[in-house]
This record gives sequence, structure tokens and C-alpha cells, in this order.
Amino acid sequence: MIKIKDHNELFCQPDYQEQFGRKKEFERPWPEEKVREISEWTKTPEYRELNFKRENIKINPAKACQPLGAVFCASGFDGCMPFVQGAQGCVAYFRSHLSRHFKEPFAAISTSMTEDAAVFGGLNNMIEGMENTYALYKPKMIAVSTTCMAEVIGDDLNAYIKTAREKGVIPEDLPVPFAHTPSFVGSHIVGYDNMLKGILKTLSEGRKGETNGKVNIIPGFDTYTGNYHELKRLMGLMGAAYTLLADVSDAFDSPNTGEYKLYPGGTPLPDAMDAVNAVGTISLQRYSTAKTMDYIQKEWGHQKTAVRSMIGIKNTDSFFEELSRLTGRPIPAAIETERGRAVDAMVDSHPYVHGKRFALVGDPDQLLGMMSLIMEMGGEPVHIVCTNGDKHFESEAKELLASSPFGAGGTVYIGKDMWHMRSLLFTEPVDILIGNSYAKFLTRDTGTPLIRIGFPLFDRHHLHRQPIIGYQGVINLVSLLVNTVLDELDRKTIDTTSFDVIR
Amino acid sequence: MRQIAIYGKGGIGKSTTTQNLVAALAEAGRKCMIIGCDPKADSTRLILNRKMQNTVMDMAREKGTVEDLDLDEVLLSGFKGIRCAESGGPEPGVGCAGRGVITAINFLEENGAYGDDTEFVFYDVLGDVVCGGFAMPIREGKAKEIYIVTSGEMMAMYAANNISRGVLKYAQSGGVRLGGLICNSRKTDMEFELISELASKLGTQLIHFVPRDNEVQRAELRRKTVIDYAPDHPQANEYRELARKIADNRNFVIPTPITMDELEKLLMDYGIMEKEEAA
Repeated sequence: MIKIKDHNELFCQPDYQEQFGRKKEFERPWPEEKVREISEWTKTPEYRELNFKRENIKINPAKACQPLGAVFCASGFDGCMPFVQGAQGCVAYFRSHLSRHFKEPFAAISTSMTEDAAVFGGLNNMIEGMENTYALYKPKMIAVSTTCMAEVIGDDLNAYIKTAREKGVIPEDLPVPFAHTPSFVGSHIVGYDNMLKGILKTLSEGRKGETNGKVNIIPGFDTYTGNYHELKRLMGLMGAAYTLLADVSDAFDSPNTGEYKLYPGGTPLPDAMDAVNAVGTISLQRYSTAKTMDYIQKEWGHQKTAVRSMIGIKNTDSFFEELSRLTGRPIPAAIETERGRAVDAMVDSHPYVHGKRFALVGDPDQLLGMMSLIMEMGGEPVHIVCTNGDKHFESEAKELLASSPFGAGGTVYIGKDMWHMRSLLFTEPVDILIGNSYAKFLTRDTGTPLIRIGFPLFDRHHLHRQPIIGYQGVINLVSLLVNTVLDELDRKTIDTTSFDVIR
Repeated sequence: MRQIAIYGKGGIGKSTTTQNLVAALAEAGRKCMIIGCDPKADSTRLILNRKMQNTVMDMAREKGTVEDLDLDEVLLSGFKGIRCAESGGPEPGVGCAGRGVITAINFLEENGAYGDDTEFVFYDVLGDVVCGGFAMPIREGKAKEIYIVTSGEMMAMYAANNISRGVLKYAQSGGVRLGGLICNSRKTDMEFELISELASKLGTQLIHFVPRDNEVQRAELRRKTVIDYAPDHPQANEYRELARKIADNRNFVIPTPITMDELEKLLMDYGIMEKEEAA
């Protein structure tokens, strides 16, 4: 019988170790001592200063590119096939990135543009791609986004889609929304926003009529399938009729029934078409829905709401207040009870989290939500690094910090990456780091314990299944925070009398 | 708000004509804006009375990213409040000027450069529509009307016909229409008749024949439009007439471009080719 060795032990075998040694000698001729010396130098304030002057390179930025957000958004509509005008490798990346996070298969089309398409334009790729997609996968909607290549040569999606219709490769009435999503501009949250706006624009056109009494809820670029289930449960408790716009939970959390479904569900298209007639629209993320909300306010006439997020007590409170105002329904006792439980959990864990210093890296909306929750617990956000944050985010985050005494020591860094964060952690240490899986390298280097929150989470399972929104989300997050503090306490006190069974 | 794109062969006088006609519109109290879509960034010089210093791409190069730009750094006001912006672009021979145009127009749109009270937006586009980027101004939601500046010279007519071909492609799939040819006279033989005939072959009109006059050159040397420099000169009235015709124009068509053979025949019919050959 062949014993197949696990990756982790296989490479510890002497032959591999020997090979690595030779490789190292070949690749890195510097002596170990010099490497250690430089490594130590990178921990100094002097290096930090140089690091923050860095202009022409990003190291481990906390962001993905626009079309990734676009295909993610498109997968939230029933029967919709995400379709990317561009090169194959890009789409392979979006698919694998999403699959590695959710541990689910993910389908998306690439029009396989190659050198000739770069010269002559991608019209033929688009037409053939549409023809194949419609014939093979029978979608109810095709949502088109783009990669860098199509954007640099200036492919005109609108004209191409019209031409495809005229040539009869897709039916006249098949909705084909589109979004220009150059990867070299913005990030995944901008791509999400552009695609959502494109989809809602296409589906709602000419459908403004009588109010349907429902409320639209836009989760934004939210990769927690647990959040979607939680939202549905809460809306059930509220007894409010609603439409989730881009419900990705089915696409990334489909049950294993032994049968593969190419289109596992999502927002039904008739519901999305009627969304224009809702009494209002609440977005749970501002920065990933900025253009969409602007469009909804201008074109659909829906009012701006005060909701900023559903992470933390204050944010969740304001969500239910707005929802109650929009729907005219009172907040039920069951939700008040949940709130009471969450507050109780906060009080229980408060002594351990109070005064703890946090470093956070991630998307703007999620950072603001987490900062708010941490300060509600008496924790102190110290370093806030947002690679894809803009000036608006910066001022909003500063305002949030200024609103609480626990925010006094916080600094917001926009456009910075995790290598900047590394310098911050060395020169101004914190108790806990919050970030995605890539932040584990910071934990390795600096020893700061990591709480994995955000996207992508490749190296831990099922985290995306636990809701982090609403009052249940507060309980889940508080337990993550406090238990990480306690794990750390155990680790530090392991050989002392304080290694206590009660915490 | 009417969005209008001006195309034509390089050196034909697109920028001069555009600026003079926009100056005439502004003089008549219309709220106008010019967006230069050419790396040379000379589409607003006569309105601003100096060469635009801060093109969108120049500023982006300086700041490292377009995202850090502020609108008021790249959107300037000139003669009679005409708002001016230039896409700018890379140095000749490097980078991608077409993408520069896309980036610049996206930036202006997203930051609300067009304003609510603007009546006319003019895009002054580089000589030939060499790649997708230079078609950006006529994509969906932007310019719906195109005017082609030409003259009686064969290559200018050839370019006009070629541009019509591009317009045809976008007209079929989008809403863009050809509003007419503007003849910027070079005093070639039978120029008026020839361009009128070309216009009718293309299914459009010769919207105005702008005579050649040195006053334009004198004004240009002073970085001014004729409207600004010599408002009482007859040439200023020509531009006023052109502006009025464009403002009142209702004749928008999908062009019917002709073949090279047909174009050559046209020139021969008017005795241009023979004369050239005899000379």
C-alpha cells in the first residue's frame, strides 16, 4: 500500500530539505546573519519611515479587482450567468478566489480574448461568447463585466450587446446588463457597485408603477452567507415584505443534495424588476454601493437612509429604526429580546476587551462596522489600514474615532497595504489584529494574534457561515474578540499560577 | 443638455472651428463646455487665452492616480464662462492615449463636471478615430450628434468618409447621429459644390461653409477666438451663423459612407482629379 504523505510532513523529509537547501543557496546568496540583521532592521522606526515613503510598489494590498466584485454581484440573481469580456486567466482567478473562500464551485464565462482581439476589438468574442452561453447554459440573464484588456482597447459593451441581439445570437428580451470594470481602477467593491447599478438599471427600465409596499435591502459586497440567512430571519421576525438585491447566499451556500445546480437561486428576476416600486432602499454598505444608491435616489426617487451598516449595536439599532419607519411596522419584542441578549454578552465580556488595542485591515464598510463594535466594547482601534479606502472613508472613519473616547489613539491609513501595517505593528504594537487570511503573514512576523474577518478567508473553514450582522452578529463577534483575548491570556500565563480555569 | 462631438482629419481646423463656434454660442448666452480629447491638449487654448496647464492625465501623472484629482484642478472657466477640460495624454510614442481619453471622460462624468445647467458639451477629438478610446465620446449616454470638419482637399474628404464609416457602426448600435459636414475652406476649386455633393452622398448636409480668412490666424496668434478678438469682423459672423445653425439643427442621420472608387469619381466629376493630374 502506498502511504501518501501529507503536504506538511512530506516537505520535512530529508531529500526535500536538502533540495530546499540547494535552492536557497542558489537563490539567496546572502548569509543567514545578514538576513537576520536586515529582518531586525525592518522592525525599526527608521524602516517604518522609509516604508511609508514608498511610492512605486504595493506589498500585500488588502483588495481584489473590480471584475471579481462584478461577477460576485451577478451571481446573486436567479438564473444569471456572470460573463466577462476579457482574457481567460482573469476569470480563472475570480473563480478560484471565490471557490477558495467559500469552498463552493463557481461558474463564470470568459470571452477568451487573445492578441487578435486586442488588435481588432473584442466584438467577435462577445458575439460568439453570447451565442455559446445562451445555447449551452440557458441563462435568464447575462451580466457582462470587463477585464483590463477590454478596457484599455475601449470595447464598447453597449454597442456590442446590441449587435449581438441584432445578429440574433441572444433573444430580444433576454436582459443583458453590463458594467465597465477595469481592474486597474478601484477595487472589488467598485466592481460590485458598477455591476449592481448596471443590473438594476437594466431590469427596472420602464417598470416604475404603483408601490409594491416592499423594502429593498442591499447587503453590498458581503461575503458572509450567514449574514444573508440572518437577514432573512430578521426580516421574517419584522414581518416586513422585502427584496434582497443581490442575494448571493444560494450561489455560495447551496446544500449538498448530490445534484449540481448551475443556477442554485438568488434574487428572482421579477422581484428585482419590481424593486423600483419599493417604498425605499436600505444599503448595508456605503462604499460598495455608492453609485448604485446614487442612481436609486435619483432615478427611483428613494430617500437616503441613515443606515450605515449592520455590524455592532448602534448600527443594528439604526437599521431597525429605519426599517420600522419605512415599513410602518413596530420592532417586535423578539428582536428587543435578541438585543438584550447581545448587550448582556457584551457586558459579560467587557472587562477583557476594554482597553485592548486593535489593528484592523479590510474593506471600508467592514472596517467602519468593526471599529464601531470594538469601541462599543471599550476596545481601542489603533491602526486602521484601508487599501481601497478613499478620502470620504478617511474622514468618516476619523469622525467615528472622534465620537468615542476609545477612538482617541486611532489613526486611519488609506491606500496603504499590509506591509505598511507590518511596520505599524512592530513600532506601535497592539493586542489583536483583524484582517483576512493574508494578514496571517503579519501574525507570523509580529506575533500579533489574528482574528479572521473579511475577504478572502482561505485558511479557515466556515467562518463565512457565522453571521456578523444584527444582534446575533454582535454575540458572534464579541465571542471572537473575547476568546482570542483569552486564548492569548492562556498562552501567556501557561507556566504561572494565573493559568486559570475560570476567565 | 446636448452633447456634440467634432471629428475630422488632423490639421483641418477642428479645434479652431470648435472654439470659435462655442465662443459664438456663449456670446449668445448659452452655457457651454469643451472637452478636448487629444493628447496635444490644444482644444481650449483660444477660450482660456493660454494653453491648458492642468490636463486630467497630467494631473493624474503628478498625483500618481486619477482618484486623487479634484475637479476644480482640471476644469477651468474661460471666455464668457465656457468651461474647459482637456484629457491630455502620454508623450508621443509611449503609453495609450486612447485609454487616457476614456479615463479622463470617466473622471469628469463621475465628478459631476457637466453640471446641471450646461446646455452644450463639445468634444474635440483627435484627427482619426484610431482606436476604441477615441470613440469614447460617442458611446451610449454621451455625444448623440457628430459634426465632421472637412475641406475640399481630397484627403480631408477621404477622412470625412472614413469617419462616417465609424459613425455608421456606432449609429447602428447606439443612438449617435451625423448632424452634418462643416467645410473649413481651403479655397480649393469648386469647394462648396464638392462638399455639398459629398454631404448629400453621405446622406447629410453641409451645415455651413466657413470661408478662409486671415483674421482667424491673427486671433489665434493672440490666443483668442475671432469672436473674442474681433467681434465686428465679418468672419465672426460666419462662426455666429455656424453656431446658430448647429443650435437649430434638426437634421440628424445615420450616414451612408461611400467607397473609395465613388469618392474618386466624385472628384473627377467635379474636374478636380483631372486638373490635379494635368498640373
